[in-house]
Amino acid sequence: MSAAQWRRAMNSGATAVSAQGSLWAQRPVAGGASIPAVRPRPALGDFAAAISARHVIAMLALVLYPWAASPFFAFQIGGQSLTLGIIALSLAFLAGYGGMVSLAQMTVAGVAAYTVGILGTSAATQISLGWPWWLVVPMAVVAATVVATFIGWLSVRTEGIYTIMITLAIGVAFHYLALQNYSVFNGHAGLHKVVPPTLLGIYWRDPIPYYYLALFWALLAYLFVKYIVRTPFGIALQGVRDNPRRMNALGFNVVAIRVAAYAVAGFIAAIGGVLLVWYNGLVAPGTVAVGSLLNVLIIAVLGGLRHPIGAFAGAVVFVLLQNFAIDLLGTDYRERFNLVIGGLFLLIVLFSPDGILGWWAALRRRLLPRAANAGPPRQLPH
Amino acid sequence: MNKNQLSSTVRVLSAAVAFAVAGGTWAADTVKVGLLATLEGPFAAPGQDSMRGAELALKQKGGMAGGKKIEFVKGSSDATPDKAVNATRKLVEQDKVEIMIGPLSGDEGIAVKNYSKSQPGITFINGSSGAQATTLLDPSPNFYRFNSEGAQWMVGLGEHALAKGYKKMYLIAEDYGFPYSQVQGFMASYCAKGGHMVGKSWVPLGTKDYSSVIAKIPNDVNAILVVLGGSDAVNFLTQYEQTGGDKPMVGGSITVDQTVLNYKGKRRESLVGTPSAGPMADTLDTPEWKKFVADYKANFKDGFPSPSLFAYLYYINTRAALEALDAVKGDLSGGQKAYRAALQKTAFNGPAGPVKIDENRNGVGTTYITEVVKGSDGSLANKVIKSVPNVTQTLGLSKADFDKMGLGSRDVPNCP
Repeated sequence: MSAAQWRRAMNSGATAVSAQGSLWAQRPVAGGASIPAVRPRPALGDFAAAISARHVIAMLALVLYPWAASPFFAFQIGGQSLTLGIIALSLAFLAGYGGMVSLAQMTVAGVAAYTVGILGTSAATQISLGWPWWLVVPMAVVAATVVATFIGWLSVRTEGIYTIMITLAIGVAFHYLALQNYSVFNGHAGLHKVVPPTLLGIYWRDPIPYYYLALFWALLAYLFVKYIVRTPFGIALQGVRDNPRRMNALGFNVVAIRVAAYAVAGFIAAIGGVLLVWYNGLVAPGTVAVGSLLNVLIIAVLGGLRHPIGAFAGAVVFVLLQNFAIDLLGTDYRERFNLVIGGLFLLIVLFSPDGILGWWAALRRRLLPRAANAGPPRQLPH
Repeated sequence: MNKNQLSSTVRVLSAAVAFAVAGGTWAADTVKVGLLATLEGPFAAPGQDSMRGAELALKQKGGMAGGKKIEFVKGSSDATPDKAVNATRKLVEQDKVEIMIGPLSGDEGIAVKNYSKSQPGITFINGSSGAQATTLLDPSPNFYRFNSEGAQWMVGLGEHALAKGYKKMYLIAEDYGFPYSQVQGFMASYCAKGGHMVGKSWVPLGTKDYSSVIAKIPNDVNAILVVLGGSDAVNFLTQYEQTGGDKPMVGGSITVDQTVLNYKGKRRESLVGTPSAGPMADTLDTPEWKKFVADYKANFKDGFPSPSLFAYLYYINTRAALEALDAVKGDLSGGQKAYRAALQKTAFNGPAGPVKIDENRNGVGTTYITEVVKGSDGSLANKVIKSVPNVTQTLGLSKADFDKMGLGSRDVPNCP
């Protein structure tokens, strides 16, 4: 995109960005049929009708996975992917349906994580208040959602690259606050030994229980996003993304809708943040450092912003790479493993702007030409 | 779902399963040792040098210990505790290493120590992390640290400063765990012997502007204690010179390193005589140290001119792990009970003095007091003035006295 195009895009808002074919562009995919059309207000019957064989199989695979995998694969690969996926899902919702790329989603998750450590129990006994988990977790989610709303309120007046800049600035500011404040955030060391409660006789940080905990919330967050984008609010949000001026002329309060989208995304990221602190067993400034903020964007783009499931697909690839890239090189070159990670990211982004989902759609078209051509051409989800 | 799709799904799944179980089989005459250091992030260069130190220990033994071939499985972190635990978990649970060496930095060390409690069958040996709390607070029975830590590295420097006549000093240090420990190591004896630390300035890591700190240094102090690392130290020195500061300096273990010694400002001359302390010194002239440096240079053409502190610490920890394996003839059965007993008894003469551990599984080592001297060619170097042997984690105090003082922090110890 040339500088002139950028300027035009910035001046005329999301319509122009969309027309130029950015990440969340409404690109007509020839018969891209796997995604159901967006319809307002789904009834329960619709929901049942939308369940197909592949949903059942995917669900079965997800539920049976920890029993087939080693504890390491259940916890560090499965559990971590689902946790990071939830946080990336919040960005996919904001960017895919709201057209706003926020780099502060990990910051919101970090606020929830820190709140769990500060109000609950941690190794820093002079800071942690030791409240029970059933009080701490809702407080953490509320606190993070409030912060997300505030971030939204600050940044909705900007567009495109300026939104990225302002959210990055907020993220970096929070990182340094956590790094240098000792009375509340415990500075450089952070809060160690923040663990989930033992409930119903189950320690929820054991690999299989944690996997199911993360799976439950990931599913809930996923369905929540799928639902909310079909509500009047979700439809209005997509309208604002595509043409804010027209929506304004139609009498919608564009700023309010955008701030609300930040709040919704913040709520999802907060759930991810609570899970993240339990997964790591600690929260430290590194959890909300610039690298971690960017990881969320990488995961979302890797999976493809076209659809909420992309966040989880991206998270799986990201976590597998983080863990196993180091094994792909010979023993003498192990320290060069970041080359593999960077190279694969480049490949995916260069050859499939829609991330892994784009590849999946292309694969389906090639394997199932009949299915792709059959049926009426359907609308993309946004 | 049609047939095509089903078969592709099956293929993907079976590939995933094969991926998951690979690495489970291994020949019995090889011992896998996990090696974790920071190969990415701000400590990437020290992390690489750490790996060199560990590899050197193995090379000196011909790649074998206890009659078994040793295979290093490397992992990487970026100096954040969550990444360190993830990398350690992968090495232990996926790659099935039996002994784990690492990590590099203090907060990582605490996190890995906490994780080690959930893996009682594996023995964890520290890399170079030096947080006091790792072994003093809530220690783990299977976490061993053969190096001494940040506070121990400063023991004896307080007396040395007093001997130089520095009765009143002012502190400038970075605001995190490692400098807290260093300052405690200095002040424990400095305060007890009648010195006064009239004020403290804790600055954030990576501070560029020291003008407000410099303005706070009182006129009547004899010297300043500077516990800053790398570019922070150079920035401070430059600005202190520009504002006309003329107090002598006392340095921490990573303050007066090569970057500071290569300093080109007008105050260069005044650096001569600056004391500091640490667990090793480049200019040691014992045969053990000379052999260590020669071996390092011969093996790593791309390494530093002389092994760094991190290479040295990984070296002694790895060597201890291998010597204990020799002692039990490679027997790691029975929950590694015999191996751990051997580790507890392991003691050898390292490149910079004896290496052994106390009953808390923390290193008891030698601390070297050095001073900057000017060579005949005009270059500056740290010369060893004296060595303090057998420094324990209680800094030469009795256990009760040390517990009364507590771990080093912003306000502990205090003697204004």
